[in-house]
Amino acid sequence: MTIKLPRIPRAVTVALISVFLGLLAGAVFMLVTGSNPFAGYTYLFRGGLMNIERFGNTFATATPLILTGLSVAFAFKTGLFNIGASGQLLMGGLCATAVGLTVVLPKPLLLVLMLLAAIAGGALWGLVPGILKALFNVHEVVATIMMNWLAYWTVYYTIPAYFKGEFLETESRKIPDIASLRVPGLTEMFDGSYINLGVFIGILTVLLIWVILEKTVLGYELKAAGFNRFAAEYGGMKVNRNIVLSMTIAGALAGVGGLTLYCGYAVNIQIGILPTQGFDGIAVSLLGANSPIGVLFSALFFGLLHSGKGFMNAMTEIPPQIGDTIIATIIYFSATSVLIERYLDKIKTFMGNRAFKKANAAEQEVR
Amino acid sequence: MWHTIEFIFPYAITFTIPLLITSLGGLICERSGVVNIGLEGLMIIGSFAGALTISLLWPAMGAGQESIAIWVGLLVAMIAGALFSLLHAFASINLNANQVISGTAINMIASALTVYFARFITGSGNIQIVSGLRRFDVPVLSKIPVIGPLFFTQTYASTWLVVGLLVGSWYMIYKTPFGLRLRSCGEHPHAADAAGVNVKLVRYIGVMFSGAFAGLGGALILVTYSGEFSGSVAGLGFLALAALIFGQWRPLGILGATFFFGIASTLANVSQVVPALERIPGLILKAFPYVVTLVALIAFSKSSQAPKAAGEPYDPGKR
Repeated sequence: MTIKLPRIPRAVTVALISVFLGLLAGAVFMLVTGSNPFAGYTYLFRGGLMNIERFGNTFATATPLILTGLSVAFAFKTGLFNIGASGQLLMGGLCATAVGLTVVLPKPLLLVLMLLAAIAGGALWGLVPGILKALFNVHEVVATIMMNWLAYWTVYYTIPAYFKGEFLETESRKIPDIASLRVPGLTEMFDGSYINLGVFIGILTVLLIWVILEKTVLGYELKAAGFNRFAAEYGGMKVNRNIVLSMTIAGALAGVGGLTLYCGYAVNIQIGILPTQGFDGIAVSLLGANSPIGVLFSALFFGLLHSGKGFMNAMTEIPPQIGDTIIATIIYFSATSVLIERYLDKIKTFMGNRAFKKANAAEQEVR
Repeated sequence: MWHTIEFIFPYAITFTIPLLITSLGGLICERSGVVNIGLEGLMIIGSFAGALTISLLWPAMGAGQESIAIWVGLLVAMIAGALFSLLHAFASINLNANQVISGTAINMIASALTVYFARFITGSGNIQIVSGLRRFDVPVLSKIPVIGPLFFTQTYASTWLVVGLLVGSWYMIYKTPFGLRLRSCGEHPHAADAAGVNVKLVRYIGVMFSGAFAGLGGALILVTYSGEFSGSVAGLGFLALAALIFGQWRPLGILGATFFFGIASTLANVSQVVPALERIPGLILKAFPYVVTLVALIAFSKSSQAPKAAGEPYDPGKR
């Protein structure tokens, strides 16, 4: 008699194995530096989950990752690799900060205006590589890398020139409470955590992107261009227009991530940093199998790693970079998931053979 | 004006050299058919390995012998880069992984892991070295008018090493049987395979070249102008990638491109102190290399010299 387990989709199995291998690699690095991985992980997860405040912080940390993850995943669906989420996030954050620091409006209106500014900034940074790809067949990976550094230097020179901080030249002025996604009710509910309205923006965007991809003609066309560009063209779809549109939407998503990062999670924008959230977005997207729901869960997981690492560092000797190391290792294992799939296939064949032999033996006995 | 140029040139060359050697590694790698956007990470590995080796060896060296520590450090950086690049080679050659994702993973692992270990070792995440390479004037040649002050004064020995590697690589790529095999693997691996070339082996060697050269590039930043490992090479790996494209995958092309980027970056850095440059906004000078690369990509889009099979996993069954 065999117990029928509910079928777990292949993508989920592979993702879980990648996570396990990533955590295992993290444990090895902890061991190498003479720390106890068991204690390390206990503090890491407690740091992200042990009380309502830290729970809120985990959500706040995960919010930009949800949006950059969606950005990368959305472009992936059209067969485009958006490695420029960092730059798009920076530009979205810069535009939102600029509006937040200069415009005077009631809070709801101001936040909407900042959201639009973030969308515009990110979208512009996605639009350019999209056009270059569609018109000149310039590879989007290289174009978005260049756009990342253009964003980096734009922020580097714009912030000190126009929005210089009170004490430091290397960061912008603090945005006023009225321009922050943080709201008193939510902060109190989570015991002073820096959770903010961004988390709702993130979850709503997940739903929106799911609807666009699964329930609209546009989503169908975008995915068709990703599966086979030439077949889509033959089918009468405007592939070039769709490539531009896909990159622009991807840019806008990362731009909104910048709003949630610099005007919600943080209170100002610093220069000289290419935010890692953009690259983490690639990991989020890969681990989430490029699906909006998968992105949500993997972003929460990575948010947990990031928000817990500080506590772990305070309680143990383990440097906080272990969080980034684990995420990076998980990307590597996702990239090499062929290996995992190969082993899964082997196990499956092995189990299949064994079941077959068992059945044969049982048959023999009956005779 | 002449004084300004004379003042800027040694700095521009110093800045160019790490870019040049990294870009050259990327060239050999892409010519073998493997795209490597992990150059940034490989430079970080080199910078870390170099800083660690030099800071450990320095006290053990006798007075006057310290420069040995630096050269050993550069060698270790090359070895470390080559070994680390095996991760990328394994993923993209054996497992047919997406080379861009694998390269991204290399970048992320390198920057996280090196700082992780640096913090464990020094507590701060930075590793400082006592002193870098010394500048010197090349005898005789530095006395030549015009060229002498520009190219042969205030130079580092490492500059001449890199120039030597550039010439050697050019010879290897275009004049040796191995170079022919390397290029054929990047252009048409099936044909190369049919001619008896071990495509996987050649690609492994190509990737390891990029690891070793990028590692050297990262360590050169350390021993010439930065003096400390800080967990980042500030996007120079990506700039080297841009130079590779702007130079159209040719050794002399990347020499021109990296020197061009070196001058642009130096101008941006010194624009505060040179009156003639004060009026040009820093943003324009800093953004210049990236904009130029984007324009070059558009200009070359019809006639790109990119290796045709770069980025494609080699599948012997696919003809």
